[in-house]
Amino acid sequence: MAKQVLSFTVNGEHVEVLVQPYVTLLDALREDVGLTGPKEGCGTGDCGACSVHLDGKLVASCLVLAMQARGRSVTTIEGLAGDGVLTPLQDAFVRRGVAQCGFCIPGVVMAAAALLAENAKPSEQDIRYAIAGNLCRCTGYTKMVEAIAEVAGTAAGARAVGMKG
Amino acid sequence: MRRFELVTPASLDDCLRALKGRGADVKVLAGGTDLIAQLKVGMVKLTTVIDLSGVAQLRVLDGDAQRGFRIGAAVTARMLEQEARVRAALPSLSESGALVGSIQIRNLATLGGNICNAAPSADMAPPLIALDAEAVIASAGGRRTVPMASFFKGVRQTVLAPDELLVEFVVPPTGPRSGGAYLRHTPRRELDIAVVGVASQVTLADGICRKARIALAAVAPVPVRATAAEQALEGQPLTPQAITRAADLAVESARPISDQRGSAEYRRHLVRVLTRRTLALALERATS
Repeated sequence: MAKQVLSFTVNGEHVEVLVQPYVTLLDALREDVGLTGPKEGCGTGDCGACSVHLDGKLVASCLVLAMQARGRSVTTIEGLAGDGVLTPLQDAFVRRGVAQCGFCIPGVVMAAAALLAENAKPSEQDIRYAIAGNLCRCTGYTKMVEAIAEVAGTAAGARAVGMKG
Repeated sequence: MRRFELVTPASLDDCLRALKGRGADVKVLAGGTDLIAQLKVGMVKLTTVIDLSGVAQLRVLDGDAQRGFRIGAAVTARMLEQEARVRAALPSLSESGALVGSIQIRNLATLGGNICNAAPSADMAPPLIALDAEAVIASAGGRRTVPMASFFKGVRQTVLAPDELLVEFVVPPTGPRSGGAYLRHTPRRELDIAVVGVASQVTLADGICRKARIALAAVAPVPVRATAAEQALEGQPLTPQAITRAADLAVESARPISDQRGSAEYRRHLVRVLTRRTLALALERATS
């Protein structure tokens, strides 16, 4: 079966790759574009490890065909930090030691970034709702919530800062 | 994933031409949250997939409570969750959209996809039925309209022929004194499938219920209306006693099975509870 030309924007840069029509966006990003930040956990949209932004919307890239991204804009975890400087969100995740095994973290950060883009002052409930589609089997949700709340400057973040110094 | 050919029409007409004369080995792809997952596990085997992402006509979302709504088949669950007009005028549909999967899923999953996948537990089906919505179906040969109450034919079976496309839903005006609600029961709050789901819609005039619609998910091979319960409410004031009686009658419209999500007896209990709660919420919304 003939490969097709996928022309799209990835992390602000125009990219063209040749892909099979039955390949997912996740596989194209990892195998053809060389961005291995998005991970394959379940492959069926349940775990959120493959989360990227497609035209600014959080999606499970394992459920999108690569060719469905034609002409569209994709942001992966690699596209968040400009010039090697971490975003405040990423910085908070690092400082607070949110990552344990780390496999889910790129997806969680993309979910949190999507939340903060829509809602600059989320409540703790908003934060938990926003990352409900991201499974962490090290079960580090508490630190994730604290890190996101800290960046948003909301009460949950201030409380966490007070408790944990 | 097994190999398939991908067709990417740029308009509705192109899409209908691509479907013309095709059989069951061809399917249209909207959000992909069901179809891609099914293709990956081999539950569905296709020679050709027709990608709808280039067909802008399928993403129309237009209307209000006075005029009714046109909702394109490719409108996402997330749009229904967030769009202010839908939240205000069609709260049951908005609530059901907010319960589908996770945000990652809802930004992809479409109303038409949830309906055409035709799972008995589809969350967005009961609200459409309770709202007396109609499905607009197109093929290269023309258009037809099917009430949502008769759209489903069995588990994962609908009235759609292989060469037909579900284009949009028409939701008639609900009017000023109408309210609706959708509730479901799941063991987990997020990313779960309804054990039972219930949508109710009531329309009042002079303190009397003029029209009642109750639709149930996951208690039969297809989403069903609880017509005996509806009839018991119409022409009556919606007192707590009337709502309790309707909830009891709704149980008789359920034909649940026992499976890993719950026993038939538990599902009948949930129908009673959720019918009562959705009616109370619908009444509150109709009068506020």
